[in-house]
Amino acid sequence: MKAPAFEYHDPTTLAEAIALLCRLENARPLAGGQSLMPMLNMRFVQPDHVVDLNRIAELSGIRVLPDGALEIGAMTRQRDIERDARVAQACPLMVEALAQVGHRQTRNRGTIGGSLCHMDPAAELPLVCAAVDAVVRIAGPGGEREIPFAEFPLGYMTPAVGPDELLVGLHVPAAPKGQGHAFLEFARRHGDFAIVAVAVLLDPGPDGRVARASVALGGVGPAPLRLAEAEALLRGTAVEDDAIARALATTASLDPMEDALVPGWYRRHLAGVLLGRALGIARERMA
Amino acid sequence: MKDHALTLTVNGAAHRITVPARRSLADALREDCGLTGTHLGCEHGVCGACTVLVDGAPIRACLMLAVQAEGAEIRTVEGLASGGTLNPLQQAFTDHHALQCGFCTPGFLMLATAMLEENPAMEEAEMVDRLSANLCRCTGYTNILRAVQAVAAARR
Repeated sequence: MKAPAFEYHDPTTLAEAIALLCRLENARPLAGGQSLMPMLNMRFVQPDHVVDLNRIAELSGIRVLPDGALEIGAMTRQRDIERDARVAQACPLMVEALAQVGHRQTRNRGTIGGSLCHMDPAAELPLVCAAVDAVVRIAGPGGEREIPFAEFPLGYMTPAVGPDELLVGLHVPAAPKGQGHAFLEFARRHGDFAIVAVAVLLDPGPDGRVARASVALGGVGPAPLRLAEAEALLRGTAVEDDAIARALATTASLDPMEDALVPGWYRRHLAGVLLGRALGIARERMA
Repeated sequence: MKDHALTLTVNGAAHRITVPARRSLADALREDCGLTGTHLGCEHGVCGACTVLVDGAPIRACLMLAVQAEGAEIRTVEGLASGGTLNPLQQAFTDHHALQCGFCTPGFLMLATAMLEENPAMEEAEMVDRLSANLCRCTGYTNILRAVQAVAAARR
């Protein structure tokens, strides 16, 4: 339960960090350490080099753009995002989800970029990014590129970040006026990873009916899953009980992952229960 | 692998230590600074026994490297009592029977220290939420909550 030996590097600029990742073999970037440190201590990962990103000031901070959208640096601490009034305004879904990310002590160190790159299938922050259609910024030796979050997960715990690249930040569109949101999860212990988590956004149109719905599930597939069929069924409705019932019916065809502790049928059952509750909450909040 | 010479500031005192990069802050406190009040339970961020304050915020010291803590103000359970006199929180833990074996106690004391400094008027529900971050296997949670509430009431 002690980390393997490694060389430690603590660059102070992004350019320096990228140069290190290009030069070093078997290097791992270290963000808040709330996932990588346990993995090191359990020897699930054995890097020869650890590149600590904590002293790179340019990677943290929250900025509000003229259209109300947020630019969040990858190294911004989860706790700083959770208590930022500007985030509560632009993306209340994220604040609601953050209260369920680990515990206060882990959020004091944990970063948003670390959570996105670790990409646990049940983690809350990737689910929020999938629901809000965030755009992520990735820097490498050739400069920066932007990709929609939908293209960020390549597979189980595998983000679209090359070995010589770093996630540097994300763009979160501002919640439109009157949007209803809800984030719910079920875990066996408070602060533990969710068995299933659900994020819902309902944007009202001028007629008060749903103009755009976003329904995302965590803990069901290897990465956050958007339920396009349920979203289409909710569009144009006033989220009446029978509209919710039709949306819920789409979860019957889910084929969730199985593991030694949680059978697939139970995840499918939870997905339906949580989605029903979340749609009810988001409907109440839609104005 | 090269060792790193660094200075940790713990409870106001400077500790000049030389450690390998992989040494966790918790191990450095215990083995290099000789401050064995911080306990290590799970060593993967689940139990909270190693909770210390870094620049005022509670963190899990098993999930931070010692080399990352240079320049920070670290506070551990050794900083709570003055001389042989327990501080009010420690006394409340004794008075309310908030510990049995005591293994988790340093972590809970530091967690509660940060809670009380941040907001002594905290609602019970939030206290429960915060305290749920740490594990106590003697099942003393109710008494731990009572101890923290007693100190909070006295400070309000």
